[in-house]
Amino acid sequence: MDAIKEAINSFCSPVAIFTTAIFMFALFMAFPKQMTNKWVAGAIGLGVVGFFIFGMQDAHFKDIVGKADNLPIVGMIFIFGYFTWFAMKKAVENDERIAAGQPTWEKTESEEKVLVFPYLIYIEFVIALLYAAALVYWAILVQAPLEDPANPTLSPNPSKAPWYFLGLQEMLVYFDPWLAGVLFPTVIIVGLCAIPYIDNDPKTSGYYCFKQRRWAITAFMFGFWILWLVLIMVGTFLRGPNWNFFGPFEVWTAHKVVPLINVNLSEFFYIKWLGIALPQNWFIRELPGFAALFIYFILIPKALERTVFKKLYERIGAARYHILIALTFMMIALPLKMYFRWAFNLKYIIAIPEFFFNI
Amino acid sequence: MTEETPKTPEPKKPEAAPQPPKAQEPAAGAGPKPAVPASPAAAKPVTPVVRPAVPVAKKPASAPAGKPAGPASPERRKFMMSWLSFAWIAFSAATVAALSTTLRFLFPNVLFEPKMAFKIGKPDEYDLGKVDTRWEDRYGVWIIRSPEGIYALSTVCTHLGCKPSWLENEQKFKCPCHGSGFYKSGINFEGPAPRPLERFAISLADDGQILVDKSLKFQYEKGEWTKPLALLPV
Repeated sequence: MDAIKEAINSFCSPVAIFTTAIFMFALFMAFPKQMTNKWVAGAIGLGVVGFFIFGMQDAHFKDIVGKADNLPIVGMIFIFGYFTWFAMKKAVENDERIAAGQPTWEKTESEEKVLVFPYLIYIEFVIALLYAAALVYWAILVQAPLEDPANPTLSPNPSKAPWYFLGLQEMLVYFDPWLAGVLFPTVIIVGLCAIPYIDNDPKTSGYYCFKQRRWAITAFMFGFWILWLVLIMVGTFLRGPNWNFFGPFEVWTAHKVVPLINVNLSEFFYIKWLGIALPQNWFIRELPGFAALFIYFILIPKALERTVFKKLYERIGAARYHILIALTFMMIALPLKMYFRWAFNLKYIIAIPEFFFNI
Repeated sequence: MTEETPKTPEPKKPEAAPQPPKAQEPAAGAGPKPAVPASPAAAKPVTPVVRPAVPVAKKPASAPAGKPAGPASPERRKFMMSWLSFAWIAFSAATVAALSTTLRFLFPNVLFEPKMAFKIGKPDEYDLGKVDTRWEDRYGVWIIRSPEGIYALSTVCTHLGCKPSWLENEQKFKCPCHGSGFYKSGINFEGPAPRPLERFAISLADDGQILVDKSLKFQYEKGEWTKPLALLPV
């Protein structure tokens, strides 16, 4: 038992968790039919349940998972896992029907149209009542995790955001507060609002399937699962005192020493590669960072526009293409920067503390 | 005292006496209301004309089934409209009044405003090479005595403003929120903090005590740590 726990602990690290999640995600998106098969999905589901049952034997694991703050996250894992499986299974079913020339299952259910009110509203109302009742019971059964009155000179260790913001807090480890706390949330909301205007293809209107919407669904699910849910899980269960990373069976101690020495891109460029001192002028100092961003956000999209995405560009037009590329590249930049941090201890690509401007 | 108390109701009586006429005023006010059609017609002539026109057009359908309200309905409508507008005004006023109480929250019951300038004892009370945390809760400063001198570090993390904790064994400040780490000097070396901790003005008062002034801060990235008040040579 202890050997297994040790093995799990030593395997776990931010980069291992993140890479595993991306691998599983890619597997799911590449082979949706096989992955939603009841045996495969059942095995994965049972594996997760089994892991929790195994973990609950450990006092420390039980302590973290059973905390009143963390209960929603445990629920979240199973609820979102189930719904992702269910939606993908239905989508795959429709893919097969379309491939066989049959009508989609939405069409076979009923061609009749019904009014939203009262048919849908009543169902929603009953569900809302059930939810309210469940929340009341939850509030009675589980004590609210309230703490002492706020004190500006005392930061609890670890200080954790509300569970729904733990993904953002995890991002803040890798980014400047202006980026992870202000710009990214804004871009996420604006980007979600922009989706229907960018993707105005009426192809799958009225039914749900995967193959005709492969990239749209994959991009959304990547943002939702990898960049939001996985980061919340890491922030909730695996970040301990001093925001250090702890394995699921590792005891949270404030004295764990993790070397996290970080280096800016300018220091890499001038000191390590050119072997000279950092320039005094901030603009010359950060020139490599500006160049890197220019290449990433301007040159690569321009090159893709002429080659790989030529057809896409012609189909959706310049304005849509540029917005789509800007949003997509920002989304990819997020895990990219995290990998740079893990691989090279890269701190900031552009670091201008003079103006509090860091990327 | 006892003589005065009967006196006070007495002056009130004359006030109570005029009240009946006041009570009659509503009745008098009710009098003009039948006459209301005249005054609103003068005030806003457009609406009374337009509004009845629409029900009239619809009435042929409903009139056979419902009550024949006839010519009374436009007047009643106007009456209702006036009460409705009154209700809306009252509702809006009540809402604004209720929301205005939120202004109260601009003035919190408790303010955390420690003194900006304070004395913290003689220099020899601070050991060489030690981070002194005795003032962190009260004033939000760490006092550090290095071979060069004594300096006062801010306890506010430059990433998002949590309070890092001093880890004696690891000889570093470590922030519990996002894991930023700082050397004893205040220089950031790990985690996301973009710049070093700030230092406060430190000097010797006339009585030989150290005087820290938090209203003056010195930032390393602006080259301010070399300024005279940033370090107290010992």
